[in-house]
Amino acid sequence: MSASKRSTIIVEHLRRQQMLDLISVGKRLQGRALDEMRPLEIEVDIIKKANGSAKVKLGDSEVVAGIKVETGEPFEGLENKGALIISAEVLPIASPHIEPGPPDEDTIELARVVDRGIRESEMLNLDKLVLVPGKIVYTVFVDCSIINTDGNLLDATSYAVVSALLSCKLPVFEIQDDKVVDTGKTQDPPLTTIPVSITQVRIGDTIILDPTAEEEACMNARITITTNSESCYAAIQKGFAGGFTIEQIKKAAETARIKGEQVRAKLQELTNRNG
Amino acid sequence: MSQTRSLIDKQGKRTDGRTVEQLREVKMTVGVVKNADGSVFIEFGKNKIIVAVYGPREVHPKHMAQPDRCVLRCRYHMSPFSTDTRKNPAPSRREVEISKVMREALEPALILEDYPRAAIDVYVEVLQADGGSRCAGISAASVALADAGINMRDLVAACAAGKVDDKIVLDINDTEDKEGGADMPVAYMPHLDEVTLLQLDGILTRDQFNQCFDTAVEGCKMVYEIQKQALMQKYFGNETEVKEEVQ
Repeated sequence: MSASKRSTIIVEHLRRQQMLDLISVGKRLQGRALDEMRPLEIEVDIIKKANGSAKVKLGDSEVVAGIKVETGEPFEGLENKGALIISAEVLPIASPHIEPGPPDEDTIELARVVDRGIRESEMLNLDKLVLVPGKIVYTVFVDCSIINTDGNLLDATSYAVVSALLSCKLPVFEIQDDKVVDTGKTQDPPLTTIPVSITQVRIGDTIILDPTAEEEACMNARITITTNSESCYAAIQKGFAGGFTIEQIKKAAETARIKGEQVRAKLQELTNRNG
Repeated sequence: MSQTRSLIDKQGKRTDGRTVEQLREVKMTVGVVKNADGSVFIEFGKNKIIVAVYGPREVHPKHMAQPDRCVLRCRYHMSPFSTDTRKNPAPSRREVEISKVMREALEPALILEDYPRAAIDVYVEVLQADGGSRCAGISAASVALADAGINMRDLVAACAAGKVDDKIVLDINDTEDKEGGADMPVAYMPHLDEVTLLQLDGILTRDQFNQCFDTAVEGCKMVYEIQKQALMQKYFGNETEVKEEVQ
């Protein structure tokens, strides 16, 4: 329910007031600018058993993404496309407020919004991941484990998925005697673009970038905008129980393009290093 | 999403005969569920959706109650027979997400502080789906909340716009959603200039984004008029008829 986020992280009254006072004069608690992201650290290939993996730290939010590739039947209606399945789980180790159990609606939204950004940007060219048209296709699982939470899990998780995809090597499967055989060889994934998710939240009349958990506990509304390498918009999700004016939305959309470029430059380094 | 056929013909007509700026036919009937505190039946093109509102009422389970405000709960559900292939009646992840964004789209319109410790339940049942069911559901739900007599700041009107054949079109239907290029549902409170729902899937350039967003907001304003008419019809419509009979 909507109140859950407010009640799970309790921001002390004085600290909240301090935060709101600072924000009203254009400052933030950690001395960050309103449109400044926290440091982004990316490590790839940390799980050798996975076909690709990445650990992303966005401030103190920390996510591990791993890719496993199998073969299987295509999805209904998408017979000539490989299957891409993105999941996310906030592990109970990630914060004192998380309990084990089936995903709550925040986690379902997280996984679906991250998935939407990657899928709609067509980062992974699924047309090229077909073995037998209509029957057997590559199935790419990208599973994300959130291991520490401090706000803006949407962006942190999205960067982890993108980093893992950029640095992964897919196994080469072949059909021999009507059977799928793993040749033991690997190939570069068919990538077309680098989607970047940028989340902004409104606190009062101020829009800030990359909120921490404390800032999220005080937010009125949230918007996540994903752009592709051509700086086109690929996915948007407004979240939380407040609204934005038309003016604020258009400004946020511009910010997402500009900030997206900066993050994309950092992600691009992964591909350059890879080869 | 790859497009296989042309969805707008040379005369600028769409698959269902509409122009690019035309809304589907919308019909709203207020007060259709006898037991509910507020209810609406909306036909939005081929969408058929019933919304019922219960509350403000006691919260169960009790621990969910908030001391200073009312809890708003929302369930978006599709009937198994509402789609081309049967939909499993168990709530899907898509329905969980839509229930969440719907609740978040409606909440800014409600003065929940007026009903501490209580709950308002909004049930949205999609009997027949035709693309844009979340927007139709939000528009109907906000009228149903008004019908239930709940204190509100404004009505929430919702409408989608999208990209079809590289053109920006208003209120995309099921075919256009599945075969077209982009879909952007928007919910808007015209009096407060507040956008309470915004989603996008599909690629839009910067200019297309601005045009698509403006188009969707215009659509919301059209829906807003229909919402007001539907409420007028229930609360003043019959009265006018009675008066005429007396005369």
